[in-house]
Amino acid sequence: MKITLPARMESLQEATRFVLSHARAENLPGGRMTDIELGLEEALVNIFQYAYPEGGGEVEISCRIDEGRKFIIEISDAGIPFDVLSVAEPDLSLALEDRQIGGLGVLLIRKLMDDVTYRRERNRNVLTLTVIKTPS
Amino acid sequence: MDIQFSREKNITVASVKGRIDATTAPEFERTFAGVMDSGEKVFLFDFDGVEYISSAGLRIILAAAKRLNTIEGKIAFAALHGPVKDVFRISGFGAIFNIYETRDEALADIS
Repeated sequence: MKITLPARMESLQEATRFVLSHARAENLPGGRMTDIELGLEEALVNIFQYAYPEGGGEVEISCRIDEGRKFIIEISDAGIPFDVLSVAEPDLSLALEDRQIGGLGVLLIRKLMDDVTYRRERNRNVLTLTVIKTPS
Repeated sequence: MDIQFSREKNITVASVKGRIDATTAPEFERTFAGVMDSGEKVFLFDFDGVEYISSAGLRIILAAAKRLNTIEGKIAFAALHGPVKDVFRISGFGAIFNIYETRDEALADIS
């Protein structure tokens, strides 16, 4: 189950529909749907904004179930090498005037997903987001 | 996303409905900036109707709050629900903003 879309903001809705329909088909609990939607949006927006500085380019998204309980979203692009997990988390203890504006997207991915991995493979960035189905 | 502004005493109440995501954030930013440009500086965001917010929305809020901070303005929030509440908690917004259970409670406290 795979979809390839232009790496631009207009693809966000279709990508979300694709992933959520698979998540629903796998009976992931409703409470995890927004986690998935947020993790996906944050990951994709990063790609849309930074992967292809020259414009154009595509993003490929696939969904699968591993070990019967792991819902895995794999997002890959052929853009410039970039490990989103290398972005430093913002310091949340700072006062408003010192808080940095960026970094919250990556923080949300890390906190909302059960596992996140990055690898560079055949000149592609491959980001894997995992949400574990809790036993029902 | 829909955003309506109203005025309660010296407070500008922004009632937001729908989703603040990467596609609607630019409109959220434009509308909000327009009202700040007109000189308003004390804002209460009533998020009762907000079902989803991503970092695209959080960035706008942070940037606006920093701007308002320099002119002794402020932003508070009321009626966060479900995923929006979680996103605020994860982002540490509870430590930098006043967040109220209800709009009425917020209005009573701010004024």
